[in-house]
Amino acid sequence: MSRIVFLEERCKGCRLCVEACPAHIIRPAGRFNRQGYEVMETEGRCTGCASCALMCPDTAIRVFRDKSGGRPA
Amino acid sequence: MNDGRILIKGNEAVAYGALDAGCRCYFGYPITPQNEIPEAMSRLLPENGGQFVQAESELAASAMLLGAGSCGIPAMTSSSSCGIALMQESLSYMAGSQIPGVIVNMMRGGPGLGDIGPSQGDYFQAVKGGGNGDHRNFVLAPSTAQECYDFMFRAFRLAFTFANPVMVLGDAIVAQIKEGVRRQPPEDALTADGYAALSAPWRLEGHGRRGPGATPRLLKSVYLAEGSLAERNVLLMRKYEAMRAHVDWEEWQCEDAELIVVAFGSVARIARSAVRQLREQGCRVGLFRPVTLFPFPEAALRRVARDRRLLVMEQNTGQMVEDVRLALDVLARRSSVSWHGIMPGMFIGADDLVDPILTALRED
Amino acid sequence: MQDATSDERLRPGAGEELVFDATPTLAHKPTHYCPGCHHGIAHRLVSEALDELGLADRAILVASVGCSAFSYDYFNVDAVESPHGRACAVATGIRRARPESIVFTYQGDGDMAAIGLAESIHAANRGENITAVFINNTVYGMTGGQMAPTTLLGQKTTTTPLGRHLLGEGGPIHMSEIMGGLAGVAYAERCALDSVKHIRQAKKALLAAFSCQIQGLGFSFVELLAGCPTNWHLDPVKANRRISEEMIPVFPLGVFRDVREERKQSEVQA
Repeated sequence: MSRIVFLEERCKGCRLCVEACPAHIIRPAGRFNRQGYEVMETEGRCTGCASCALMCPDTAIRVFRDKSGGRPA
Repeated sequence: MNDGRILIKGNEAVAYGALDAGCRCYFGYPITPQNEIPEAMSRLLPENGGQFVQAESELAASAMLLGAGSCGIPAMTSSSSCGIALMQESLSYMAGSQIPGVIVNMMRGGPGLGDIGPSQGDYFQAVKGGGNGDHRNFVLAPSTAQECYDFMFRAFRLAFTFANPVMVLGDAIVAQIKEGVRRQPPEDALTADGYAALSAPWRLEGHGRRGPGATPRLLKSVYLAEGSLAERNVLLMRKYEAMRAHVDWEEWQCEDAELIVVAFGSVARIARSAVRQLREQGCRVGLFRPVTLFPFPEAALRRVARDRRLLVMEQNTGQMVEDVRLALDVLARRSSVSWHGIMPGMFIGADDLVDPILTALRED
Repeated sequence: MQDATSDERLRPGAGEELVFDATPTLAHKPTHYCPGCHHGIAHRLVSEALDELGLADRAILVASVGCSAFSYDYFNVDAVESPHGRACAVATGIRRARPESIVFTYQGDGDMAAIGLAESIHAANRGENITAVFINNTVYGMTGGQMAPTTLLGQKTTTTPLGRHLLGEGGPIHMSEIMGGLAGVAYAERCALDSVKHIRQAKKALLAAFSCQIQGLGFSFVELLAGCPTNWHLDPVKANRRISEEMIPVFPLGVFRDVREERKQSEVQA
C-alpha cells in the first residue's frame, strides 16, 4: 500500500489536503503541533496519487508509492 | 586639435569617460540638458559590447541601475533635477542594500519643472541623501568638460570601493559647454577584472558560479528584527565616515587672501575668472572650491578660513552655505560667512560676480 | 518535531519509492504565510520548474513588496530586493548586465498591476528575456486587505467597504490579456492554484515560461490565481471554491500568447 507522511511541524492545519484527496482518507487528527495548528492523519487505502502533496501550500506531505501496484491510471 | 584633445560637450565627455572607465550598462530617460549622454551611450555601448536601455521613466532607469549594480557590473544612469528626484527611490534602496552605481545629474532650474538653464538647486538633494532614510551619495562636482571625463573614472572606482551610489553633479553649463578634452584614462583606471575583484564578496551571479555547495546571496535593505536595522545603519554610517579619506577640493590664491570665495561646479569656474580680475586690480581675494560635496572638505575649509572672511557663491537660494557655516561652526566668532546667490536659470559671467565679491571685501 | 518512529517513516521502505518531496531549490523551512495561502504552492512550483530545467545555479530572483517581500527566504537562489513595483525594471538591469543568468520576478497584484504597471508592461514590451510570476489574489495581503487593481467588482475590501464600484474604483485589471497583446511577450498564461488539476497546469506554464527564457524568445509571464483566506475572511477550502466560482469566470484561464512555434519557424525561414 502506498502511504503519505505528514511533516507535522510544517503543517498549518489548512485542510486543503483533506479536500484534495480523491480517496477521502485524510482527516484532522485532533492533535496540535508546536505552532498550535491541528495536524492531519490518514485512515484508509492511499493510492499514492500525491494530490494532497500537490495541494499542500507548506510542502508538509511526503508521498511514498508502493512499487508493486496500486498505481492510479 | 593637434594636441590630442577633442572638442566635445561636457555631456559627451561624461559618455566617453564612462565608457573608458569600464561602464557596461546605461539606463536612462531623456531630459534636457543632459540628452547628449544617452544619445552618445546608445551608440558607444552597443559598439563596445555593452547594453543601452532607454527606460520608460527615471523610476525604471534607476531600478535597472540597481539591478545591474547588484550583479557587480559597472553601470550608470543620468538625468537632470526633476528626473533625479524620481530616482531617489532606488538610490535609497541601493544605499541600504550596498549596491554600487553612478548617477550623473546635470542640474536644471527648479523647483518643479523649473527651466532648462543652469542651476545648483540640487545641492541638498545630492549631498543630504535625497531619498528616504539615512543614506548618503558620494558626490563629485565637475566644473569643466575635462573633469566630466576624468571624474567618471573616480565615480566608478568609488562606487565599487564603497558599494554605494556615486553622483556626478554638474549643471546645464557644465553639460553643454564645448571644450577641448583629452581622452586619456588615468593610469590607475580599473579594468573589468578590477571591478570583478571588488564585487566578488557580494555580487549576484547565480550560486553555481561560485562552485558547488555555494550559499545563495541576498542583497536587501529591509531589516525587521529589532536591532538589526540599527546595526545596518551603524555599518552605513561608518562607511560614510570612511568616505572622508577621499575628500577633494581646490584652493586658488588663498594664501594671502582677505576674502575667500567658496564655490563649486560651474560657479567656481566663473568665480575664478572674477577672482583673477580682482587680483589684477590688487584685491586680495582667493577661491576655495569643494570638488567632493559629500564628503564636504570641512577640515580643509577650516584651515583655509582661519580668521578670514568667506563669501559663498552658488546658483541657488542658499544651500552649500549651510555646510560652510556648519564646517566653520567652531570658528564662528573669528570667521564671517556671507552669501551671494545667483538665481537658477540665469547665465552669468565673471563680471556678474566681481561686484558682489568687492562688496563683501569692503564690509567690516 | 518528528519522533524516532516518524523519522523511520520519512524514508522509503522495502518496495516503496518516494514520489513526492520538496525540491532542492525550495528552502526547507516553514513560511511566514497564513494557513491555506497559495504563495507556498507557487514557491514550490517555481522551484520545481527551476530544478527540472537545471536553472537554479544561475538563477537570480527579484523579490517584490507585499506578502511576497520575503520570498527570497524560500528560494535557494541568489536574490535582490526591489523597490515596490520596480521588479521588472530591476530584472531588466540584471539580465542586461548578466545575460547568461536566468532572471525571474515574483510579484503580487499590487506590485505588478498597480504601482509597477508601467515597469511590467514596458519590460514585457521590450521583450526583456526575463520571467515574471504574477500572483493575483484580488487583494492587498500584507497591508491588511485593501483593494487591489484586480479586486473583483462588488468585492468588499478594507478600502472598498461597500464593494468595488466600476466607476470611481475601476474594474479588475486583466494582466494576462494585456501581456498577451504585447509584441515583446513570448509567453503569457493564466493559471489557478485552487485544484490539483490547475496546479499541474500551472507547473506546465512555468516550465514553458522558463523554456522561453532559455531560448531567448522574450518576456514570459505566468499569472497564478491564488487564494488569500485571511483577507477574504474565508476558510482555506472555501477560499479555493471562491477561485473557481468567482475569480475564474472573471479571469479566464488559458494561454494568451505563445510564440514558441512561430519564432522557431521564423528562424527556420531566416
